[in-house]
Amino acid sequence: MNTVSRLAILMLLFFSPWASFAGDSNGPPKSGDVFPDISLPLPEAAEHRAYLGLPEDAGSFKTECIKTRILIIEIFSMYCPHCQREAPEVNTFYESIVNNEALRDRIKMIGIGAGNSEYEVEVYRTTYNVAFPLFPDPDYKIHKRLGEVRTPYFFGIAVNARGPDQVFYSELGGLDGAERFLEHIRESAKPFLED
Amino acid sequence: MKKAAFINLAFLILLAAAAGWGGAHSGAFSDKIYDPGPLKPTDSKLRVAVGDKSPDFKLPALSGTTIALSQYQGERNVVLSFVPAAWTPVCSDQWPGYNIIEPVFREHEAILLGITVDNLPSLHAWTREMGRLWFPVLSDFWPHGAAAEKFGVLRSDGISERALFIIDKKGIIRYISVYNINKRPPLENLVKALEELD
Repeated sequence: MNTVSRLAILMLLFFSPWASFAGDSNGPPKSGDVFPDISLPLPEAAEHRAYLGLPEDAGSFKTECIKTRILIIEIFSMYCPHCQREAPEVNTFYESIVNNEALRDRIKMIGIGAGNSEYEVEVYRTTYNVAFPLFPDPDYKIHKRLGEVRTPYFFGIAVNARGPDQVFYSELGGLDGAERFLEHIRESAKPFLED
Repeated sequence: MKKAAFINLAFLILLAAAAGWGGAHSGAFSDKIYDPGPLKPTDSKLRVAVGDKSPDFKLPALSGTTIALSQYQGERNVVLSFVPAAWTPVCSDQWPGYNIIEPVFREHEAILLGITVDNLPSLHAWTREMGRLWFPVLSDFWPHGAAAEKFGVLRSDGISERALFIIDKKGIIRYISVYNINKRPPLENLVKALEELD
């Protein structure tokens, strides 16, 4: 490979979005920040597409397309013992939302498997009977966009169909109890939940 | 000439970064993980091949017993999971994944043996962070890396490769994967190899 070719590849690597995150995290978006623009594949399961209010013909979608006011995102990994231990409590949290008539259409939830293939996400889903939509992120593309957080990590974002989504919750670690977590989310998201 | 040398150096540095580890480690390990940074993807030469009779070894297990590979012959298929070192990023998130798929191993009449070159006290402290493991964890600490060396997966700096071997009930090696040390092997590769034993 000659010097010119090497220079061209060097420039490409340096100016690519990947290079800007490699080995140097900018940290996760915090409360008050704009949530990064991430693209997710359309869920295969019809009930998940319906839950998120996504059109059947979309190939991929962005968080702003989800029909909700609040979106809770769990960054997890099938390989993470903390996520494994916490999974039943996370399910309880999800069920407490969907069983609450006032909340079920206003708060939705998804999970993103950092570094997990589709197969690995499926193993996690079936092992822990996870009912909310889970998405693979096999090459850490989304994980890098979200500041290379450890797992489990929870984001709460206010979804805005007409502009960027805004982060109101951004924390590493467990829920500290499903009920307490829901109260905390309701309190933090109050301005976005009110009519 | 100097400019060309600089560009070549910058090119190599960026390529090395590209090959490096980019993962999420579990919050379960808090700040206890030591990140050595990107390492040479592989650094050893295999001494065995698929179809060979597997070398035997006898290693101390965390349970206090000694386990020989040959004790499973005629009874169970064996998956050997060599991981480079305790308290490092990718290794700490590999076995907890295997820990939740015990039924898959059972379905294929297989046992998993987790092996590192760490001593038993280090392995004890490290694996406690993973929760209760259903499979034996073996220490290849002394003679240092002797079991890894028999398979040709001991690296020049004394740690092992991130390697998986499947040995069938007849003691024949049926699958070998020496994976990039900086990355975690996808679970589906191992499961597919187990399915092919049937």
